Amino acid sequence: MTPLHLAIALDGAGWHPAAWREPTARPAELFTAGYWVDLVRSAEAGLLDFVTVEDSFDLPPLSLDPQHVQGRLDAVLTACRVAPLTERIGLVPTQVATHTEPFHAAKAIATLDFVSRGRAGTRIQVSHRATEFANVGRRTPPDVRDADQLGVLFDEAADHVEVSRRLWDSWEDDAEIRDAATGRFIDRSKVHYIDFAGDFFSVKGPSIVPRPPQGQPVVTALAHVEHAYRLAARSADIVFVTPRDADDAAHIVGLVREAEAEAGREQGEVRVFADLVVFLDRPGESGAARRARLDAADGTEGTEYASDAAILTGSAALVADVLASWQHAGISGYRLRPAALPDDLDAITADLVPELQSRGLFRREYAETTLRERLGLDRPPSRYASAAAATAATGSTAVTTGGVA
Amino acid sequence: MSRPRKQIHLAAHFPGVNNTTVWSDPRSGSHIDFDSFRRFAQVAERAKFDFLFLAEGLRLREQNGRIYDLDVVGRPDTFAVLAALAGVTDRLGLAGTINSTFNEPFEVARQFATLDHLSAGRAAWNVVTSWDAFTGENFRRGGFLPQDQRYERAESFLDAAGVLFDSWAGVEVTADKAATFLGGVPGDGPGRYAVHDNHFDISGQFTVPQSPQGRPVIFQAGDSEQGREFAAASADAIFTRHGTLEAGQAFYADIKGRLGRFGRTHDQLLVLPAATFALGDTQEQAEENAADIRRRQVSGQTAIKLAEQLWNLDLSDHDPDGPVPTVDPVVGENTIARGRASVRQHTDPRETAQKWRDLAAEKGLSLRGVVIEMSARQTFVGTPERVADLIDEYVQAHASDGFILVPHITPDGLADFADSVVPILQERGVFRTEYTGTTLREHLGLALPANTKKAVAS
Repeated sequence: MTPLHLAIALDGAGWHPAAWREPTARPAELFTAGYWVDLVRSAEAGLLDFVTVEDSFDLPPLSLDPQHVQGRLDAVLTACRVAPLTERIGLVPTQVATHTEPFHAAKAIATLDFVSRGRAGTRIQVSHRATEFANVGRRTPPDVRDADQLGVLFDEAADHVEVSRRLWDSWEDDAEIRDAATGRFIDRSKVHYIDFAGDFFSVKGPSIVPRPPQGQPVVTALAHVEHAYRLAARSADIVFVTPRDADDAAHIVGLVREAEAEAGREQGEVRVFADLVVFLDRPGESGAARRARLDAADGTEGTEYASDAAILTGSAALVADVLASWQHAGISGYRLRPAALPDDLDAITADLVPELQSRGLFRREYAETTLRERLGLDRPPSRYASAAAATAATGSTAVTTGGVA
Repeated sequence: MSRPRKQIHLAAHFPGVNNTTVWSDPRSGSHIDFDSFRRFAQVAERAKFDFLFLAEGLRLREQNGRIYDLDVVGRPDTFAVLAALAGVTDRLGLAGTINSTFNEPFEVARQFATLDHLSAGRAAWNVVTSWDAFTGENFRRGGFLPQDQRYERAESFLDAAGVLFDSWAGVEVTADKAATFLGGVPGDGPGRYAVHDNHFDISGQFTVPQSPQGRPVIFQAGDSEQGREFAAASADAIFTRHGTLEAGQAFYADIKGRLGRFGRTHDQLLVLPAATFALGDTQEQAEENAADIRRRQVSGQTAIKLAEQLWNLDLSDHDPDGPVPTVDPVVGENTIARGRASVRQHTDPRETAQKWRDLAAEKGLSLRGVVIEMSARQTFVGTPERVADLIDEYVQAHASDGFILVPHITPDGLADFADSVVPILQERGVFRTEYTGTTLREHLGLALPANTKKAVAS
């Protein structure tokens, strides 16, 4: 079988709301760099493909309660802080398309790609909570019961990604020439206006950041619904989905492939990763017992932790069985959400990874340098390079830069 | 010598997008790879500098309707680089320019509060306002505000960010595992805030607990009347550029004199001019070195382009080694060069052009020669001893509280200064030999904002 890809979704003290109470948790350090550096280094020691970092423009409803973790750092800056202190692991922070400027968002990720030498991605997120809109204050929140209004948010996010992608391409790779003879630092015929004009914003370009090492950093999105599958199919390299079981996984992969065809992309271009919350067995305590204990610590008796993603509880071997079986449904990787940090992350690297390795399903060393390479994605040429070359080949005198229409 | 000596503050500006950065020098490295920023920051930290400063650009410069290609073009995102630098330095302050026109307060406050946490209290924000419709073409807002409203928005922006920074006041990250996540939670939850004024209508809960410095150190750049008032009211430090000791002293007295009206004291606002330097073993060598740097900063092509910015005319047919143009500059709103703050400094272009002609006649200079003379920016030229003397003199004579040094080579141009001038200042007891604090506020001698409690791990 083809080896699997494994990513880790980092958020606070872990995905279970009581995770911060665990004996090994470091809740008072959630806002320190050391905490994040340790987690990402640990994931890197386990040879994992990449980490994602959650974010939003408000505090999620749960965290208004002092029984839960309150507060969160900016994900992009957290990823940048970790980047120089890691070598191989991919770094994929969340960016909220609804409330950010695509120009800023694109240059931040391009810069993350420079500081990490080709390990950057972005997880693009749509925001619909009224509380997020109130914090930004620029416009009124949509009615989320109205499919059209929700659709508009996803269209806006698709435009946001399109602008980022154009900006990343807006400098050709060899635009910097440092030609002392003519005094020119760049060849400006290789730096392009993107001239994006859409319903939500228009962006002239070019980027202020030269083309990043990967050319195109990796774009990801979490999707549960049709609108989101379409966004992913139009815009993303990886879609994170939340199947309940293997059959559901096959069904969702089918939906993604349909949306992909609709968007005019090649079948299979979008990598489908399944999100899974994991409570892994630890020495002296089963995953199920930990889960029950965390539930009890979190509040009223009988309340069980629930998630949008399926929850796996048990041994590394059991989890490995599930990962292998969903692979047949077209899942090419997994984004594991550790229920508690660092315990579940430690269990993933110490138990699950060796289990998968012994089955030939996971790498034994990092072979590739960039995140794109690791995911089997080509480094595309700048979309403007071919246009410029074609123009030159036909002998046209049109200049692709400077043509301020 | 018995009077107490003021302590000097030193900072370093990463050489950037302007003709003073000599990219054609063989020692010039990448201006974009992170390794350049790391090396630059580590030299500054080795020399015990207060902070590193990064400028911001939001659109590539143009001249004659085309992207300007003679200077360094392109740079990374300010926040992203500063956050990464926090990982490879321990004490150095990390200051960045972030404009208040093409951002929202909630987002910027989140980013600076995060940067302050991730650097354990080393963040600083240079608040700028002066961006135009040309830059606005890269943003949703799609435009700009008239000059007066820009400062008004900047003040509102800074006030709103201040409300957000303070919104967790009194809340410590204590995480009592048996009880609640945060200790001492006030009434209706940490981070609760509301801002309603002419520019912003926002409310809710701020996402980032109070950072180690409470608020980032606030810098203001600019020399206008509005800029001076803004700085006196709200900033911790002001960037300036004044040619002579006397001009520096006049500015220093003016800006410090304004503080009382805002209920602030003399030591609550630092004056930190940008400065360049050229060193040599002898004064003659240093001057030769300075002249050589100027010639490389102003090539023939660059001289023409800089002249075009003043004349507001296409002068591409003009010989840089020939005379200063005799035609008058075109005065008007539309400038041939876009995305440059410096163009607006030519307040009376016709008068300036006449000054250039007079200088050419007096000294027998070509156009390029005049441009070199007029744009020369070496503040400090001399042996390390001499440069240390000058810096000390400016600070002791109240022309500044220190300097932000801008080397002309990326990224290693600071090393000479760090290795030769800094030890002399240290020997004289006017510059630290070790960091005594951990935060930038401590380096700068600025008190923590009153309501700040440091996050305490337990």
